Amino acid sequence: MSITTAGPAAAPAAAAKVETPFQRFVSEFAASKLALFGLAVFTMIALIAIFAPWIAPQNPYDLAQLDIMDGRLEPGARSGDGTMTYWLGTDDQGRDMLSGIMYGLRISLTVGAGSALIACVVGASLGLLAAYAGGRTDSAIMRLVDLQLSFPAILAALMILAFLGKGILNVVIALVLVEWAYYARTVRGSALVERRREYIEAAHCLALPTRRIIFRHLLPNCLPPLIVVMTMQVARAIALEATLSFLGLGVPITEPSLGLLIANGYEYMLSGKYWISFYPGIALLITIVSINLVGDHLRDVLNPRLKK
Amino acid sequence: MSAVIERAAPRQAGPQAAPPAIELRGVSKRFEKRLDLAGKLARALGAPVREEVVHAVDKVDLSIRKGEVVGLVGESGCGKSTLGRMVAGILEPSAGSILWHGRDLRSLSGAEAREAKLKIQMIFQDPYASLNPRMKVQDIVGEAPLVHGLVRRGELDAYVDEQFRRAGLDPSLKRRYPHQFSGGQRQRIGIARALAVKPDFLVCDEAVAALDVSIQAQILNLFMTLRRELDLTYLFISHDLGVVEHLSDRVVIMYLGRVVEEAPAEEVFARPNHPYTRSLLAAVPRIEARKRAFNTVQGEIPSPLNPPSGCHFHPRCPHAMERCRVEVPKLREVAPGHRSACHLNDAA
Ligand SMILES: Nc1ncnc2c1ncn2[C@@H]1O[C@H](COP(=O)(O)OP(=O)(O)OP(=O)(O)O)[C@@H](O)[C@H]1O
Ligand code: SF4
Ligand SMILES: [Mg+2]
Repeated sequence: MSITTAGPAAAPAAAAKVETPFQRFVSEFAASKLALFGLAVFTMIALIAIFAPWIAPQNPYDLAQLDIMDGRLEPGARSGDGTMTYWLGTDDQGRDMLSGIMYGLRISLTVGAGSALIACVVGASLGLLAAYAGGRTDSAIMRLVDLQLSFPAILAALMILAFLGKGILNVVIALVLVEWAYYARTVRGSALVERRREYIEAAHCLALPTRRIIFRHLLPNCLPPLIVVMTMQVARAIALEATLSFLGLGVPITEPSLGLLIANGYEYMLSGKYWISFYPGIALLITIVSINLVGDHLRDVLNPRLKK
Repeated sequence: MSAVIERAAPRQAGPQAAPPAIELRGVSKRFEKRLDLAGKLARALGAPVREEVVHAVDKVDLSIRKGEVVGLVGESGCGKSTLGRMVAGILEPSAGSILWHGRDLRSLSGAEAREAKLKIQMIFQDPYASLNPRMKVQDIVGEAPLVHGLVRRGELDAYVDEQFRRAGLDPSLKRRYPHQFSGGQRQRIGIARALAVKPDFLVCDEAVAALDVSIQAQILNLFMTLRRELDLTYLFISHDLGVVEHLSDRVVIMYLGRVVEEAPAEEVFARPNHPYTRSLLAAVPRIEARKRAFNTVQGEIPSPLNPPSGCHFHPRCPHAMERCRVEVPKLREVAPGHRSACHLNDAA
């Protein structure tokens, strides 16, 4: 087999180093100090949540460790038996707020990230299907999306939980049901654009199997907007879960999330015992803001319209 | 086009030796824009919306012999790309049939259909959009041959290198991503990707239009070298008559979805028959006649949504007669191997 070199052998276009799209993305993301700060804060929060059982001064779910006599102590007070300091005070059951917040973060993040991930898989699959199949399938899925999005999420979630009852799993189900539509709409939009591009036509021309075209060619190119939506939706899911728990329809009282901690302290706000609600509130705020800092910058970096 | 382009060696093949490599019989493609629910509602309320149908390609007959280079020209929107995509199997014709070495593509069973499909490959216009930005170029080139079992995984590396060299690329660059290459290099990657499935036939849709003039000549020369070495057949789509004149054995002229003239390349440029071809030729800045004024074809291109009756060209034709408004002219032989669709040929 003879080898042709028609025209001059192509010269390297860029520096000799192999630059993956991911490496390029990382360097663009790192350009924003604020986003890096958000990421650092969020990483710390996530680490605290993950390692809470090992680093928290107390297991706030173990009623045997709680002393009702220590109820509603101020931040910095020592426990009655003198064994520990309640740096952020205690709630009405004598639960150490610092430990409560660490464990609460665990629940809030698990529920938020878990529901966002499941909603993403469900929504993205439906969005891809709608874009690829077109016609009636597309119409049916998109009408469902419209219906879902025209309904206030909190109202829909309340109704679903009123029907399913309390419990972490039910909260996750409710959040997935109110969130999948965002993913479906996003993925369908970008898939409709991408599938008309010539590299998809080339894949057809090469007789590649449909499944391969969808998952190896179409989906990876729809990921950037999906990642942006997912980041924002994690924050939204955490806020929604907190709201639901605050309203008493979320997680069970024995394993309080941040929202439930806030709700528990709410009645003492006016009597000056602010810390029971205040510190969980701050934790929730920092979590959501840090995620949004990352998400905002991700949107800028991944937005194809801002790219050359 | 300043750089030198190799002239394709004229083919001495007998006129009708074997069945044509590819044959189109009455091939049409309609694009229908269906109304959605909102549109139907609007129409029910009296809004002037309707279901639109574009006859992008209208009953085209065309045959291409093995080893031939056929140039397809015409103004923007006349259906060249649509025709090319149907030949390449990316679009299904709405009517008519496409024969591959005498066999209807639709009559072929799964494995045979796939084989025929792989034998016809397409080179695209946009070297940026035609490569998946999230794959390494070695995977872009190596994916299809691996999936179709043309090469074993252990031999893939060497196989991909061979395709790279053939397309004039340095194989040491194969672990990069498309964005790290220039336009001309990307086009070579697209060519390597097509060559990797061992095609016999390449549909090149404006394959050099997006490139710098100096790069264009290199890519065109690559096409001609590959033609010689791999015995390829080409359908070469372009709006640049100069390029087509230098590459093609035969030229097909399209106007609003129909073929209006078809002849050997020298014949078209020396003795154009159809009034549309003649005005197109007047519009092309020829290499040998650089000083000649650049005049585009008179008048607007009519909307393909609502094409003129009879001969589509009549609103712009200087020779239009009453008959042209009502009767569609048939494509008829005016000289050996030279066909044209114009009523003027009946008068003679
Ligand atoms: N997918 C589609 N849906 C609807 N209409 C289409 C589609 N593809 C092409 N058309 C229409 O069909 C007609 C022919 O298009 P085509 O792209 O084949 O033209 P072309 O000759 O390649 O033009 P150009 O030189 O601009 O590339 C145009 O009017 C175009 O708007
Ligand atoms: S058929 Fe009539 S309108 Fe059409 S090109 Fe010939 S003379 Fe002109
Ligand atoms: Mg085109």
